[in-house]
Amino acid sequence: MKNDVILEAVDVVKHFGDGGGWLSRSPVVQAVDGVSLQVRRGETFAIVGESGCGKSTLARLLLRLLTPTSGKVMFDGHEISGTKGAALKKLRGDMQFIFQDPFSSLNPRMTIGKLVGEPLEVHAPDLSAQERRDKVAELLRKVGLRPEHAGRYPHEFSGGQRQRIGIARALASGPKLVIGDEPVSALDVSVQAQVINLLGDLSRDLGLTLVIIAHDLGVIRHMSDRVAVMYLGRIVESGPTAEVYAKPRHPYTQALLASIPSMGGKPEDHKANVLGEMPSPSAPPPGCRFHTRCPFAQAKCKTDTPVLSAAESDDHRVACHFWDTLDTSAPLAATTQQSKAAEARFALYRAATEGGTVTHKTQQTTERT
Amino acid sequence: MDTSGAVIDRTDQSGLDDVLVLKDLVLRFRGQENDVVDGVSLTVRKGEVLCVVGESGCGKSVTAMALMGLLPKESARISSGNLTIGVDHFDLSKDALPNEMRGNTVAMIFQEPMTSLNPAFRIGDQIGEAVLRHRGGTRAEALARAEEMLTRVGIANPSQRLHEYPHQLSGGMRQRVMIAMALANDPSILIADEPTTALDVTIQAQILDLIRDLRDETGMGTIMITHDLGVVAEIADSVAVMYGGQVVEQGPVAEVFNNPQHPYTIGLMSAMPRLDQPGGRLAIVPGTVPTIANMPEGCRFRSRCAFATPTCASRPALADIADGHAVACHYAPLEDHVAVSA
Repeated sequence: MKNDVILEAVDVVKHFGDGGGWLSRSPVVQAVDGVSLQVRRGETFAIVGESGCGKSTLARLLLRLLTPTSGKVMFDGHEISGTKGAALKKLRGDMQFIFQDPFSSLNPRMTIGKLVGEPLEVHAPDLSAQERRDKVAELLRKVGLRPEHAGRYPHEFSGGQRQRIGIARALASGPKLVIGDEPVSALDVSVQAQVINLLGDLSRDLGLTLVIIAHDLGVIRHMSDRVAVMYLGRIVESGPTAEVYAKPRHPYTQALLASIPSMGGKPEDHKANVLGEMPSPSAPPPGCRFHTRCPFAQAKCKTDTPVLSAAESDDHRVACHFWDTLDTSAPLAATTQQSKAAEARFALYRAATEGGTVTHKTQQTTERT
Repeated sequence: MDTSGAVIDRTDQSGLDDVLVLKDLVLRFRGQENDVVDGVSLTVRKGEVLCVVGESGCGKSVTAMALMGLLPKESARISSGNLTIGVDHFDLSKDALPNEMRGNTVAMIFQEPMTSLNPAFRIGDQIGEAVLRHRGGTRAEALARAEEMLTRVGIANPSQRLHEYPHQLSGGMRQRVMIAMALANDPSILIADEPTTALDVTIQAQILDLIRDLRDETGMGTIMITHDLGVVAEIADSVAVMYGGQVVEQGPVAEVFNNPQHPYTIGLMSAMPRLDQPGGRLAIVPGTVPTIANMPEGCRFRSRCAFATPTCASRPALADIADGHAVACHYAPLEDHVAVSA
């Protein structure tokens, strides 16, 4: 195993339910079905897919919050699927989780200082109370909050600030790897940008490895180095983010990219080209699981399961029988046609919000008519 | 605007195509010191999609609820607001939209189709109820209309679906059912509050296509409330950007996106991660939206605006800078008024 791989999943399967018993007829849900992936040290790895594709289950498997039905997960060269006791406690310190909802993931009855200090009590029990307070203050500063916030309660903070608290909490144990399950999707655009910038800064400054689970393709494009696209429990395409976005090889990736409403695109470019909806993971179709919605599906797709294998390059892998015969004209929308004046305005805005000094040409501005 | 009665005279004949005109809506919740919606005016033309875009708490949904008369009288006080729908005029400060129009001339769909459908009734009965309520007729006729509507919104097997319950449908299908129900009485205005926010991106594309097709078919005017600038670019003809209960910029969508003027619009656009401009740091809108009680006087965006001066304590008028493109900023266009040095 290459030593730059920090986290690896080998053919991980997670099925929920036991097929029902005497009275019930509950079907087995094949949430994750044979996923292999490698996350390299220091990179930001993204897992993207629609609801029900198994991305959150996969995240929990990677973190060992769930035990896989079969297959194994390796962290730092050790298999973690069966870890227990002290080893598990150590593992929890090395891997941390950021939750989607900053409202339900913080205990409303604990102060911020207590919330952020709690992981320290577990993972650094020999710190004195004063040392712990200092550490909490440092963590709060690191995520852009003020140390004096430590005495306040979660309800006093906005969504973006709460997500920062969640991040501070995740960083408290000094993890090597942080997994974020939709870490910014509950936030408004302007606040989302602040948190995205924060995560980017932290991963760079602390040498963190980030695994981001998301459904927003714009966020993923912006944040990640490599990406895996999931559909119904399987990875259909993976590779360097820039390459996957520029030359999507799987019809599902193409459809996803084409479906994003984006500024500057003409409506005609975005006619929905995926038919129907995702089948239930308790009764996935045979063969390629995407064939029921794929505009290019052929007879073979209904029977043979395609394997994730190298396509464009060793690193860019796709699970499609016909990837090399499909048209891959980049589905990305053209950029907006902004006027020179508008460009100047955007540049002014960026400069001003990044600490530039603003001077007004007309001190006494007259009301426009 | 000063009005003396519930029915106001229509003085301007400028927009014969206008299906809905809202003028100067001012609304405050009981117990609050400040207006949640502060002088919002909107115009929707026949066959046009107007998107109202803004972040949580900007008053976009409250505006829509006030239009529909869905806010409880005892908790929301409308101090001003004139609504013109077709040839009917209403003074919202005195009376709400009459029941005969709600769900008939003006229909609304919501973000979360699961909570807006009644889980205890079959799809067909729920759509049929809207038809029976406004058009009368027999139950069989209402069911036939329901089936016709399900076909129109692209639901396969409509005759079978009529007899199913909401939990048997997927999220995308539920939203289609909501749309079928809303359009069953051929409304002239559809108000859609974040109709695709709860849906996956491929399903969102299908629903946006559907709304666009139905708009072309029926010529209804649509007000779509959204926080997603991508959705706006996708479907809107015109857009109104809201912040803190005020419209800060509005105009034709191409004009607003290609030539944004208000610092908030520029900030929102810069903060969106773009597919075509990866990496690096995103420009941000500093801080967070103040609570209604803490909204600054004058331009409500000034507490977060990098260009704000004491002048901004007086409220800037929403003034035209180009044909139909209006902005409420003392310093628009920015490049003529400010310089930034590092």
